[in-house]
Amino acid sequence: MRSTINIKPYLRLSGLEPLVVRPETNFVNVGERTNVTGSKKFARLIRDNQYEEALSVARQQVESGAQVLDVNMDDAMLEGVTAMTTFMNLIQSEPDIARIPIMIDSSKFEIIEAGLKCVQGRCIVNSISMKEGEDKFIEQAFTCKAFGAAVIVMAFDEVGQADTKQRKVEICQRAYKILTEKVGFDPQDIIFDPNIFAIATGIEEHNNYAVDFIEATKEIKRLMPLTKVSGGVSNVSFSFRGNDHVREAIHAVFLYYAIKAGMDMGIVNAGQLVVYDEIEPTLRQLCEDVILNRNNDNNEATEKLIIHAETVKAKGKVEVRDEAWRNDTVEKRLSHSLVNGITDYIDVDTEEARLKYATPLEVIEGPLMDGMGIVGDLFGAGKMFLPQVVKSARVMKKSVAILTPYIEAEKELRKQAHLAAGTTNSEAAGAAKILLATVKGDVHDIGKNIVGVVLGCNGYDIVDLGVMVPADKILETAQKENADIIGLSGLITPSLDEMVHIAKEMKRRGMTQPLLIGGATTSRIHTAVKIAPQYDLGVVHVLDASRSVTVAGSLLNREQKPEFLSGIKEDYIKLKHGFDNKKTVKTYLSYKDALQNKVKVDWNNHTTATPSFTGTKVFEDFDLNILRPYIDWKPFFITWEMHGNFPEILTDAVVGKEATKLYNDANALLDKLIAEKWLTAKGIIGFWEASSEGDDVEVTTGKEYVQLSFLRQQIKKAADQPNLSLADFIAPKASGKKDFIGAFAVTLHGIEEHLKRFETNLDDYNKIMLQALADRFAEAFAEALHLRTRKDFWGYDKDEKLSNEELIKEQYTGIRPAPGYPACPDHTEKYKLFDLLNATDTIGVQLTESLAMYPASSVCGWYFSNPKSQYFGIGKIQRDQLENYARRKNMPLDVAEKWLSPVLE
Amino acid sequence: MDIRKELEKRILVIDGAMGTMIQRHQLTEEDYRGERFKDWHSDVKGNNDLLCITQPEIIKGIHKQYLAAGADIIETNTFSSTVIAMADYDMQALAYELNVAAAKCAKDAVHEFMNEHPGSTAKFVAGAIGPLNKTLSLSPDVNNPGFRAVTFDEVVAAYYEQIRGLVDGGVDLLLIETIFDTLNAKGAIFAAKKYFRDQKKTELPIMISGTITDASGRTLSGQTLEAFYTSVMHANPLSVGLNCALGAAEMRSHIEELSQIASCYTSAYPNAGLPNAMGEYDEQPHETAHFIEEWANQGFVNIVGGCCGTTPDHIKHIADNVRKITPRPLPVLESELV
Repeated sequence: MRSTINIKPYLRLSGLEPLVVRPETNFVNVGERTNVTGSKKFARLIRDNQYEEALSVARQQVESGAQVLDVNMDDAMLEGVTAMTTFMNLIQSEPDIARIPIMIDSSKFEIIEAGLKCVQGRCIVNSISMKEGEDKFIEQAFTCKAFGAAVIVMAFDEVGQADTKQRKVEICQRAYKILTEKVGFDPQDIIFDPNIFAIATGIEEHNNYAVDFIEATKEIKRLMPLTKVSGGVSNVSFSFRGNDHVREAIHAVFLYYAIKAGMDMGIVNAGQLVVYDEIEPTLRQLCEDVILNRNNDNNEATEKLIIHAETVKAKGKVEVRDEAWRNDTVEKRLSHSLVNGITDYIDVDTEEARLKYATPLEVIEGPLMDGMGIVGDLFGAGKMFLPQVVKSARVMKKSVAILTPYIEAEKELRKQAHLAAGTTNSEAAGAAKILLATVKGDVHDIGKNIVGVVLGCNGYDIVDLGVMVPADKILETAQKENADIIGLSGLITPSLDEMVHIAKEMKRRGMTQPLLIGGATTSRIHTAVKIAPQYDLGVVHVLDASRSVTVAGSLLNREQKPEFLSGIKEDYIKLKHGFDNKKTVKTYLSYKDALQNKVKVDWNNHTTATPSFTGTKVFEDFDLNILRPYIDWKPFFITWEMHGNFPEILTDAVVGKEATKLYNDANALLDKLIAEKWLTAKGIIGFWEASSEGDDVEVTTGKEYVQLSFLRQQIKKAADQPNLSLADFIAPKASGKKDFIGAFAVTLHGIEEHLKRFETNLDDYNKIMLQALADRFAEAFAEALHLRTRKDFWGYDKDEKLSNEELIKEQYTGIRPAPGYPACPDHTEKYKLFDLLNATDTIGVQLTESLAMYPASSVCGWYFSNPKSQYFGIGKIQRDQLENYARRKNMPLDVAEKWLSPVLE
Repeated sequence: MDIRKELEKRILVIDGAMGTMIQRHQLTEEDYRGERFKDWHSDVKGNNDLLCITQPEIIKGIHKQYLAAGADIIETNTFSSTVIAMADYDMQALAYELNVAAAKCAKDAVHEFMNEHPGSTAKFVAGAIGPLNKTLSLSPDVNNPGFRAVTFDEVVAAYYEQIRGLVDGGVDLLLIETIFDTLNAKGAIFAAKKYFRDQKKTELPIMISGTITDASGRTLSGQTLEAFYTSVMHANPLSVGLNCALGAAEMRSHIEELSQIASCYTSAYPNAGLPNAMGEYDEQPHETAHFIEEWANQGFVNIVGGCCGTTPDHIKHIADNVRKITPRPLPVLESELV
């Protein structure tokens, strides 16, 4: 059972998390904006002691994909050691930045040392060299080693900076020998910077600089294969300052060749990299000539690029549609349309292909599948992103739709022939079938639709049962249709139990299909701990749509399947084991003690503002134009599996281009749906007198009392930290103070017919887009109403002035938690909220049996105004609170247990 | 004696808690002061490290109990013997002397034990280097996250002096332990490297032991286990491992992960379970030993023992249970990327 472990000589770095540079890592982006010499903005912030702002520059680098953060404080106006120390200490206090390793960058070694003294992780020192002789070099290298840092060695010696290939290689070899033999460095901890110099300067000697770098890199990696090569990329295009378009193209072409030659990492503006393939061919050609120093006698290539640069600069980034691809063969045209998601010509091209091939099926199996194969490869390689794939799928579906009638007609013909001849029909065998459903009680299906599209693109036959599908229907259909895989999706927490139930049912029915679990509320750990143990023949959690393809592929391959499933099973057993062991770690208070440790509000000195009305107020048809600016775009991009902050994501190095396209498409659809009034926003708010008693809140509606029941955190807190309950934010009866609670519900009506239309048009892209936008509108509506509630309807914070960004960060006073979410995890309290607002009758929102809201784009919640109120999670509660809660709510214990199972151990 | 030779052959056992054993003696303020500090201007009860000077027989006695129980490595009673930690008792000036005295207690215990048990397997003294009561990565002031209560240079100076005392007292190994802030540990590593280079002495083997504080699976200073290991591997340690904070049950997944990534030997000495509501450890010796035996069988470990709440009885059970189990082989360090 014991096998020896082999450890590879990889460069290993760390922040709070490890970074291992493996051969397949390809290229490590080092974020360059936290450098006072390279970023005027950052320099100004540091000089003005605006360290908070400066941290946000670092955070932005991490968010836009920097894997290592370069920090440089070399500025004549700065006390470098102090600035480095201050900034490093601050970074260490920000886990989202400190997550990645730091590159400490300075030409002064005392500043480097100052940085090393502040960082617990394994850093890179940038840089040391032999420019002041061997002794100094050795001494500095020893210091770096004592701190455990990897080093960048500049190709610089007593004579000067190396410019030719030969000098670069010689100096690097000499440094290598010293570091490995005299200082005891491991080769993998040595990173060479063979100097990237500016090209196309007009000076002939500079023309070969890029070639020298690239060839030196190749030679260095050949001679010293474990070492790494790095460089400051923006130097190369220095002579095109002010023309970012050309600079970005030069960087992309340079990196393309340098990475091929073995360059491992580079200091780049992570937000500004363009893709080699995406550069317009003329410019790319000119860049190649200049970088590779081709056709460059008498600076000819340089001159050409300079002239072209001027025209590019003059006309800016006007997009010219290049229609040259229309002259290609029909196969190439179909492939082009698929890869680029163009539907304009799909009708004619499909028809042409149909006439060219013997049978319509051959068109699908030939050029169309080939095209989708390319899409799949690009997606797998991270060169295409989800929105593009969905567009490709739209093209594919349209083409298939044109061919389908012909295929059916052929089938019929063949069937008749078979029947006539008395032979059996072998048409049955086909693509593997995957059944997808959103489970009972849940109405959310954006994610499931995306998975369906992606799997469909990969040639699977998708049976999509839609939303709110009962277990029996899912399993019966799976058996009837002979599905090869069953995929379940869910967004709200009660769906988790439904999935457990389905797994149990599958076992009871003796089914054999593997079960895939996905959706926002699901997790690997829940799957491992709760679902997998219920069904033995394969339960796999799928993180997102892109993983669904490989998972399905492994499950449907007879050879891979057993190994794949046993690997997963082993992982899950480990996870479960770890979970079982860990869960006793936390200590809990008794409910009685937790209740004693409530939030201390000085009720004697607090008077809650009286709302401008009590009872409810309905908004029949709220203007979407008003809501539009309240849209929080970040979750919109997450729907499309693009992670990052808005608006930074639009300029992100990796996904920026696609994110911008998606954003533009979204806004175009927004314009249309607002102008044509596709959606009607309806909302209702209400305020009532309320008082608390323990964890109950009594609401007075004038006619009657409604008792709301809340839960309280029970985990043992640090001294002075209260065990929170939402009830703490309402004045206790005993205080004699008048207090209020509010509630709201908002929804978007009218989406169905448009979704259906997109469906009929085989346009999943716009279908998913519309769903995502409706969700965003519901959230925006909640945000807008909450704002007006604070300033106006309730009026407890009349002077609030917050930007949309601050709103998104929840910097307002008061909160609006929804029943079912972390602070009040019991979904059944939604009944009371709906009764108080009469939300079903007034604005037409219904509750499903799992208490999801229908229409799906709906939001509801309570309003609390107390300045001490805050969002929090209940965490796990203990049995004593469960029993007490059930008693208070007058709910049978087993029912309470079912609804609260997510917060029970 | 080369500890590496022993580690190739068998799983070595490190001793258990010192504090738990000292508590059993129910020492008074007078006992802690002894003759020499009877007029000291502040209370010293609780300064366990001071006992190496004032009650050396008690400390030596505890070491001998652990040796008799089967410990191969005993730790000096120097968890807080640094100029920084001793400030609590205003005894900064004693830091060097405490380390020398503690090393002598442990060495004497080994000599006496070997004389009483001729033919016993080799025994080693590890100089214990604790985490300090001030940290380099965390600000003690929530309103000023950039503030630090101590500097890297101060930490290095404190550890340098401790290491000098331990080496002068004759320890066989250095053990940087209970690391909850990796930067403090890097200070200790830096000090050790500097000390041996300055003195032109052969480096003593360094053992490193970090602390995963809770179910987050991270150190107190926020690193994942692999990040922690990556940050200290430049020490070229004899072993790397985990101790304290967790019981064996909670430590298992972490020690398993470490056994997969560490290129050196691995060590683990957990607490005797998690403290109960009264802050006491009540995991029984056979229970702790049972967990550790399973790790040994899985090939996760080379050095095992106990931390808070463990006693000679725990160590005896552990030693008995792992005696015949083959140790984890050292990983093969490849020299090519692919």
